[in-house]
Amino acid sequence: MEDLKLELKNNIIELLNLEDVNVDEIKDDDSLFGDGLGLDSIDALELIVMLDKDYGIRLSDPKEGKKIFESIEVMAAYISEHRTK
Amino acid sequence: MAKNLYIQHYCRIKNNKVYLNGDLIFEENSEDIKSFLKSVYQFLDPKYSKFFKMDALSKLAFLSAEIILKDINTENKNIGIILSNNASSLDTDRKHQDSINDKENYYPSPAVFVYTLPNIGIGEISIRHQLKSENGFFVFEKYNANFHHNYENILIQNNKSEAVLGGWVNIDEDSYEAFLYLISENGTIEHTEQNLKQLYTN
Repeated sequence: MEDLKLELKNNIIELLNLEDVNVDEIKDDDSLFGDGLGLDSIDALELIVMLDKDYGIRLSDPKEGKKIFESIEVMAAYISEHRTK
Repeated sequence: MAKNLYIQHYCRIKNNKVYLNGDLIFEENSEDIKSFLKSVYQFLDPKYSKFFKMDALSKLAFLSAEIILKDINTENKNIGIILSNNASSLDTDRKHQDSINDKENYYPSPAVFVYTLPNIGIGEISIRHQLKSENGFFVFEKYNANFHHNYENILIQNNKSEAVLGGWVNIDEDSYEAFLYLISENGTIEHTEQNLKQLYTN
């Protein structure tokens, strides 16, 4: 699980072009949206594509993303349970 | 009575160099446009992390506007934006096309797709400076001083805008060029077609 969390942090920084953020600055329970990392709605769409591309998880309802992308902790748990690749 | 209009400030970004009002303010021999634009960002230090999410065309438009507007209080100012270029958003269109070519590996990126229109750069400038103004992005074969002069003049003379940020912002792969200026009632260089043409070609 720790490896997956680190992988997610690295992927998010690269995928979302967070050039001024380091991996160790993202805590596992930090909010990814709002006051935390400050991601926006386009970032949320990128994360949905990443779930499909990297882990074979297709969200049937984009609104599910709101809960899944709450934090690295929540994302990692969801991916571990639902990944198909 | 017609207002006397001037080119208050102008900026050129080309060949790894940045000029403001004719003076060289930054130069760096970068390997590619991406590195060069990042260096210009670091030089200006606007502390605006959304910059890194923009495509190259928007970055170039954003930085040019940043240079011109950095000492101008844009709060509650009605500054119109009229830009043009040759390659539209082709540079980003190609990236989007690359991501959807393979039907077995079809993962279009939303963050790339949102920049597949040239006027998104105007949106980025407007968000940064809180401008809710007249704007337009036009595609020409080359910089059209006659068109720009007329359009910018009409906007201000008809009180549609107090000032206009106008010019040419073009990117196609590693070829890039920006010529941006602010037209207003302040300044010393008259806003004429001839002066626009001359500043562009200098």
